[in-house]
Amino acid sequence: MTDIDLTAPAAPAFVRPNLQRQAWEGRAIKNNILTGITWIIAILAAIPLISVIIMLLMQGGSRLFGSDIVEVLTALPPAGFEMGGGIGPAIVGTLVMVAIATVISVPFGIMAAIYLAILGRTSQLATYSRFLAKVLTGFPSILAGVFVYAVLVINFGYSPWAGGLALAVLMLPTVVLAAEEAIAQVPQRMKDAAFGMGCTRTQVIWKVVLPTGLPGILTGVMLAIAGAAGESAPLLFTALFSNYFLESLAPVNNPTASLSILIYNFSGMPFENQIELAWTASLVLVLIVLVFNILARLVGQPKA
Amino acid sequence: MATNPFERAGSSGTITRPPSGGELTTDSVFRGIAYVCAALIVVLTALILWELGKEAMPAISKYGLGFWYGTTWDVNKGVFGVLPEIWGTLYSSLLALLLGGVFGISIAIFLTQDFIHAKLAVVFRTIVELLAAIPSVVYGLWGIYVLIPMIRPGAEWLHQHFGWVPFFSTDLSGPGMAPAALVLAIMILPTVAAISVDAFRRIPYKVKEAAYGMGTTKWEAILKVMLPTASSGILAALVLGFGRALGETMALAMLIGNANQINLSLFAPANTLASLLASSFPEAGGIEVQALMYAALVLLLITFIVNVAGLAVQQYTVRKFEGKA
Repeated sequence: MTDIDLTAPAAPAFVRPNLQRQAWEGRAIKNNILTGITWIIAILAAIPLISVIIMLLMQGGSRLFGSDIVEVLTALPPAGFEMGGGIGPAIVGTLVMVAIATVISVPFGIMAAIYLAILGRTSQLATYSRFLAKVLTGFPSILAGVFVYAVLVINFGYSPWAGGLALAVLMLPTVVLAAEEAIAQVPQRMKDAAFGMGCTRTQVIWKVVLPTGLPGILTGVMLAIAGAAGESAPLLFTALFSNYFLESLAPVNNPTASLSILIYNFSGMPFENQIELAWTASLVLVLIVLVFNILARLVGQPKA
Repeated sequence: MATNPFERAGSSGTITRPPSGGELTTDSVFRGIAYVCAALIVVLTALILWELGKEAMPAISKYGLGFWYGTTWDVNKGVFGVLPEIWGTLYSSLLALLLGGVFGISIAIFLTQDFIHAKLAVVFRTIVELLAAIPSVVYGLWGIYVLIPMIRPGAEWLHQHFGWVPFFSTDLSGPGMAPAALVLAIMILPTVAAISVDAFRRIPYKVKEAAYGMGTTKWEAILKVMLPTASSGILAALVLGFGRALGETMALAMLIGNANQINLSLFAPANTLASLLASSFPEAGGIEVQALMYAALVLLLITFIVNVAGLAVQQYTVRKFEGKA
């Protein structure tokens, strides 16, 4: 047995460590610096968008929101040193070709989505189709133009149909994937209830699945349209360009104007007037794209 | 003997009734159409490959693999090679990825790690999404008249003072690699940010709570816990963003200068496969069209590999977190 040594110094009293974060501690400084950098990066990232919008409004807005708005929207593009002029044929061309692309891609896209989401969800075909649709969304848009050139243009020449088909090739995968997601979100119970009533699969799809999934499908379609309207690469050598209004929908040798190609052509010209029109066309194009983007958000919201 | 399973339901006087023969026929037809449409995607992909291959065949057999490492594109002499374009495509995309990647991931962190109020985050997210909505040609126009004049003084200064660095060895005389890569970075930023945001969202909240519970600061939690956990999703974002950059056409055709040369300098004009197609196709004829088809196939092959790699990584991430088969 050992005696307790009474002469030993008493154990130091327990000192409560300071657990509070110190503002000048290394870790805290590092934390604050990184937070600052993140804020700067976030603000920097917004600058291009703001700059683009300001330039569009300043350079394009003066023509579009001025007294000559009717001329700008309806007149033919000016030649060389000519003043005035407008972007009428290009607006018509863009709208016509996007409409053609929509009419082609949406029915096929929604039917394919129905197969992928309901009829053959786990089948081998669905697996391949879904994968290829995803690959195609990352597909360079100019290759759609090259493809249509090889199929149509070599044989029949430039036409709004060739341009529309090239846009449809780009829209299809977007529509398919968005519609599949919307359709897959329809609750299984609703489908089961319909099946329980003796519906065939077609009736379930037409009367339950499509009406329920419609907002989601429409969102996908609107986004696909917005994307197609802004595309230019696939139109370069399928629709080409024209200085005149589209007179017929003839599928043979019928070059068609579009806003994006007009911007591309006019951007490199040495004339003040053309460059100003390129900005005006950009503003119109961005407004068209924006309208469809906003529509996409509006139709996608559940009804209050 | 086949029996109608709904027969008894039909006779019991309820509101339900068996489907009529016509309805059953419609059903089969409808399902058939849906099947065809789903198959259409596969057919379309095959058709694209087949058509490009068919049109490029004469050029493939004539130039063979030499096309990949040839450095001249001369229509008059009939000599075609795309090495400068492959270089330009990869170089501009890598530069864009470097910049767009850093910005995109930072923005994903900014949006998901409680830096700003959730409602403000929605506003900011919309701004980033709008960046993606602006058409490529508009960026091209903006690049020519805003970006190039803006970066020119800086580029000149760098060239004068650091001309010995290979990246600054030439003057920025107008279009060139730097403005092209900058615009490309802006264009892929939304893709990278959106997919990275998904990657961060997929991390269970408990993981972050556990890190904070250990006494980490916010950035220690982000750098040591969140980023490694989200890494595969972020990798997918980067690879898919890279794929986007490789195929981008119009803005590059307007900004890169379309010069067939291989140069490390950021300020020298260059060319990419997509902008070669855009600038040469409309006026091409005969053998040049075939050579361009070959170039299109090269572009298709490169983007296909990159995209499949990106999708594979993304699939892996989804499985890791959601245990989906």
